[in-house]
Amino acid sequence: MNVLSKFAALGALMLIAACSNNDPSALGGGAGGSGAIQPGSPSDPRSPAYFQQTVGDRVLFAVDQSTLSPQAQTVLQGQAEWLLANTDYTATIEGHADEQGTREYNLALGARRANAAREYLISRGVAGNRIQTISYGKERPIEICSTEECYSKNRRAVTVLTGSTLG
Amino acid sequence: MMKLLTSLFVGLTLLSAPVYAQSGPLRLELTEGIIEPMPFAVPSFVPDSPAAAQYATDISRVVAADLTGTGLFREISSDAFISRVSSFEAPVQFADWKAINAQALVTGAVNVSGKRLTVRFRIWDVFSGQELGNGLQFAGTTDGWRRMAHKVADQVYSRITGEGGYFDSRVAFVSESGPKDQRRKRLAIMDYDGANVQYLTDSAAIVLAPRFSPTGDRLLYTSYESGRPRIYVLDVGRVKRQELKTQDGTMSFSPRFSPDGRSIVYSLIQGGNTDLWKMDLASGQSVRLTNTPAIETAPSYSPDGTQIVFESDRSGTPQLYIMPANGGEATRISFGQGRYGTPVWSPRGDLIAFTKQNKGRFHIGVMRTDGSEERLLTASFLDEGPTWSPNGRVIMFSRETQGASGRSSLYSVDISGRNLRPVRTPDGGSDPAWGPLQN
Repeated sequence: MNVLSKFAALGALMLIAACSNNDPSALGGGAGGSGAIQPGSPSDPRSPAYFQQTVGDRVLFAVDQSTLSPQAQTVLQGQAEWLLANTDYTATIEGHADEQGTREYNLALGARRANAAREYLISRGVAGNRIQTISYGKERPIEICSTEECYSKNRRAVTVLTGSTLG
Repeated sequence: MMKLLTSLFVGLTLLSAPVYAQSGPLRLELTEGIIEPMPFAVPSFVPDSPAAAQYATDISRVVAADLTGTGLFREISSDAFISRVSSFEAPVQFADWKAINAQALVTGAVNVSGKRLTVRFRIWDVFSGQELGNGLQFAGTTDGWRRMAHKVADQVYSRITGEGGYFDSRVAFVSESGPKDQRRKRLAIMDYDGANVQYLTDSAAIVLAPRFSPTGDRLLYTSYESGRPRIYVLDVGRVKRQELKTQDGTMSFSPRFSPDGRSIVYSLIQGGNTDLWKMDLASGQSVRLTNTPAIETAPSYSPDGTQIVFESDRSGTPQLYIMPANGGEATRISFGQGRYGTPVWSPRGDLIAFTKQNKGRFHIGVMRTDGSEERLLTASFLDEGPTWSPNGRVIMFSRETQGASGRSSLYSVDISGRNLRPVRTPDGGSDPAWGPLQN
């Protein structure tokens, strides 16, 4: 990871840390006002959109690694808190790899990454039966350039919410 | 799909005719570095009737393309011909073929009767003025004309090189379309030269890495059609697929048949860890072959079925290992710089083809089964997934180009490292699996 992206990650981390200081459920209940929070909108702390955008639905990994960086652990801490507060939801963690690697090895590597994220959530109290994992290896990149800038975003574990309210 | 009515080899000349193939001067030794391709001529085969005319032309073109495609032969253009071959039975004017330096000459005739097509052919050693082996004939249906051409070319190749042919074979692969972040994948099968592409799945689910059964009648592959990667077996003739059940809630992939076709070895992911397992196909029972916290995948049986070569990162980076087919202690065989993956045992048993990643480049390479004599055959931004021709002389693989518009396509290369060629497919292609010679 280059210096610039380290700073970017740090910025995201501080933002997330600021958010996770508040109890999301308390925030949701206490924000009275005249309809300032649209239920289901990104500003509703109980919404999947809030989980995705504010808590952060993904963690990134170094080349060939499945260990969780301090930044990744902070994001997952926020995910765990959210899942503990929003018990209607279950989650599938999707593990991914960049294109540098053979297809089958990367499938196994994606599974390792998804599992590392799952284990962390469990260690923070989320029930194991609420979290499934799947690996897509290098089959589903979100960035398609062939440079480290894109690769670093593709080496990811994304927590996708499922649950009755999502259909 | 075409079927040969008969695949019997019928000698045209009487049995008393001597066979020159093994002792004649017309011989390419493939173990030595062949720099100069052997010049040959394939005058258009002679049609027995107007109905056979187009087939006769097309078959002789495919025979010539097969031979030229090996890089071992060079076709002499018909523009240079002095003799015209207007009768299959007429004596060959050897002086005319010598004059244009054709060392090998293939003559043939084609008969069409309804939907039945018969090809007769002879192979001539021009400089000794003698026939190389006996003339043969193949009979089949008209829509299987390409297969008969490939069978003729296989005979020419094997009589001149002394090695088995590989032209009458098929390749399973993953057909790819769309950009990298929305790629659609379909399982497909085609002739080895890219003709007769047939799609076996739709693009609704990701499919990966097909492998043929030893007789070529079934394909193993990985599909996400259930939502997660699982192993499927597909009957090629009926295009019917069936999931091979592994443990509930797991992901399984990387399946390969054992050489007797009765069991498969595959990778199973449990708790984020990938190990190798073996399934008996009759009972559906699986047993574990490896048990380490490392990734173990990409297995390949030795041709005699006693050993499995596979990829593991137990040393910290992906490397190649060989273990007994029922599991047990594994021996590391790759020790060069870089990362090694996708080992595939050659059908002759002597070499292992692999993908190597080193210093930001990918290579297809071969090494002996003890890891010695490593040779890299290709280099590019991303080469991977080698598969062997039935005779162990050629390797096909996929090559992905760099960047946002990157595309995957199939290539083949001789194990000498020469004759790198694209294999044309209608869309992009990846994960080729070369099947056995057909009957």
